[in-house]
Amino acid sequence: MTTQKKKLSLKDKYQYLTRDMAWEPSYQKKADIFPDEDFEGIKIVDWDKWEDPFRLTMDAYWKYQAEKEKKLYAIFDAFAQNNGHQNISDARYVNALKLFLSGVSPLEYGAFQGYSRAGRQFSGAGARVACQMQAIDELRHVQTQIHAMSHYNKHFNGLHDFGHMHDRVWFLSVPKSFFDDARSAGPFEFLTAISFSFEYVLTNLLFVPFMSGAAYNGDMATVTFGFSAQSDEARHMTLGLEVIKFMLEQHEDNVPIIQRWIDKWFWRGYRLLSLVGMMMDYMLPNKVMSWAEAWEVYYEQSGGALFKDLERYGIRPPKYQEQANIGKEHITHQIWSTFYQYSQATNFHTWIPSDQEQQWLAEKYPDTFDQYYRPRFDHWQQQHAKGERFYNHTLPMLCQVCQVPPLFTEPDDPTMLSHRQIMHEGERYHFCSDGCLDIFQFEPEKYVQAWLPVHQIYQGNCEGSDVQTVVEKYYHLKTGVDNLEYVGSPEYLRWLAWKKLGTPQAPAGADSKLDAA
Amino acid sequence: MKQLAFIVFQDNDNARYLVDAITEDNPHAEVQHMPAMIRIQAEKRLEIRRATVEAKIGREWDVQEMLIDVVSIGGNVAEDDDSFVLEWKN
Amino acid sequence: MTVNAISEYSATPRDLQANFNGMQLLYVYWEKHLIFCSPFAFLVAPTMTFSEFIDQILKDAIKAHPDSASVDFSAAVWTLNGERLTPDHAASLEANGVDHKSLLRLNTPGLSGIQGSCC
Repeated sequence: MTTQKKKLSLKDKYQYLTRDMAWEPSYQKKADIFPDEDFEGIKIVDWDKWEDPFRLTMDAYWKYQAEKEKKLYAIFDAFAQNNGHQNISDARYVNALKLFLSGVSPLEYGAFQGYSRAGRQFSGAGARVACQMQAIDELRHVQTQIHAMSHYNKHFNGLHDFGHMHDRVWFLSVPKSFFDDARSAGPFEFLTAISFSFEYVLTNLLFVPFMSGAAYNGDMATVTFGFSAQSDEARHMTLGLEVIKFMLEQHEDNVPIIQRWIDKWFWRGYRLLSLVGMMMDYMLPNKVMSWAEAWEVYYEQSGGALFKDLERYGIRPPKYQEQANIGKEHITHQIWSTFYQYSQATNFHTWIPSDQEQQWLAEKYPDTFDQYYRPRFDHWQQQHAKGERFYNHTLPMLCQVCQVPPLFTEPDDPTMLSHRQIMHEGERYHFCSDGCLDIFQFEPEKYVQAWLPVHQIYQGNCEGSDVQTVVEKYYHLKTGVDNLEYVGSPEYLRWLAWKKLGTPQAPAGADSKLDAA
Repeated sequence: MKQLAFIVFQDNDNARYLVDAITEDNPHAEVQHMPAMIRIQAEKRLEIRRATVEAKIGREWDVQEMLIDVVSIGGNVAEDDDSFVLEWKN
Repeated sequence: MTVNAISEYSATPRDLQANFNGMQLLYVYWEKHLIFCSPFAFLVAPTMTFSEFIDQILKDAIKAHPDSASVDFSAAVWTLNGERLTPDHAASLEANGVDHKSLLRLNTPGLSGIQGSCC
């Protein structure tokens, strides 16, 4: 096939429509226009060395984004018109979406704000354009996610008021504080945190196997918004890698600063993604791959290739990578156990995995599941059968940095909780790990202000002194409807009715009189 | 240690031609099918050539059209009018 | 280290004892009983005696565990903020050195969870 000669090459077009539209200021100092570019200590000698591997111009951007949107919304319509929610594998699956909508979608909005701000701060036109496009992408992501979920909201509980919940529900302070930490950093740290550590190194774990899982569970709407969002991610990942290489190439003094950011944001991202791991291993009725397998492919393998590539700049893999590699066998079981026992305060239901699912877990986690985790599920199953479904009636300690309860075990001892504590200026602080302790010690003033949900309840700032009041008044969750055990929940009964599976026997201990909290 | 460059596409009609073209141009590539997605990985380097895709798809094809169907990538990106390359250089 | 910021940066800790209306926070971790996923966080009066704390708060918190009935608190091994503690059960938490945001680790010899699984 002969090729028609285009009017402009991609490279030239990009040059004209981005770099050439920037200008050198004449009557204002550059430092006054971009006042936040220097304070982090990152030295940029020559912004013209910034590479734009994707060379996407605004006209092409709108063209491709419009095409994605048209495809996406046609599918949303079809999904709603055909009662697609009834074709999912099992109603339990929707609980993963509740977590996604209240935990992840608000982060997309946070990313929109973050990139809008960061883009404003760079004096290099290439970086500004990339940030601007990403800001618009992120806004699109939060919108499409809300639109996709709005259909589920008509038929399932717990999807209402997700933005309100994001700001208040105890465990949602984990994603919220992650992003607030990034957004309150300088523009270069923000890009290292979100574009590199999160987008490049870790989001594949969120969007690739999980969305493939959505497809495998018959959720056409979610797989479609997931992959539509992820199609922007190729650009975001490229920006992430580019910004790191650019900073490293600009000045050798940048290397230790960036290394510390990589160490910090890898660990923060890893802690955050333990929620995603749980969704994959415990919340997808049809399972695609285990968290451990996904970690091996998308972190150990891909991250290995990446950090080998970055060796030439003097960058080493993240400091606590080994602990994360050990944790892949454990964290999802530990997180699910946590939500199971604190389900009186969650916006989704929890349950004991079926025998078949436990068999799958045992196969995927041959060195850990049967030995360390099956005994607790067996016990809880027996309690449930006796009408004493297990709930933990206390409130948990929280890590001062990641805000996850110290529920993970020591890397060298799966029977001992990992916990670190220090005194700082006369106050005691507690952490889940060496990684979080390091982060605190580098910038203690930032983390002493942490809004820890458990402490806020005890200070009397959450509209109630008992869990049920806080859950109902402060979180806007309806006890017995939005939370607690799945089996016997209104949603469970509705699903059986849709599927004409007959009236279930009232499962022991699953009535709404559960003595939650 | 292996250093795999990879690209993941949505499993749709466009992707079929892309995958055909990529496997032709990258004999060392491995194709993995998963629910709703296709992952292609190859040691060090993976290339999409416009000419090959156009021959498969039977029309003009802009390299940037891959942005509609791509799900994820791994490797340093180099893009021009004729190709899209993912590569680990070290 | 200090926060790298665009202007002078200082902060007040959000969880000073003064913010808890005369009460204080106390964390307890019962070792080898991981059906309780993480250390407990309690709100306690510093004047409460150690035995009152055990009877009124701790026993209730752990009662769902099958091992809880077998706990012999007189033989329990306590660690307070990393150091071995021999508590005076009749004295207040404060007098036992249990200050705001302290962590007490409880080890109950002979009890190691459901079927010895540390759960």
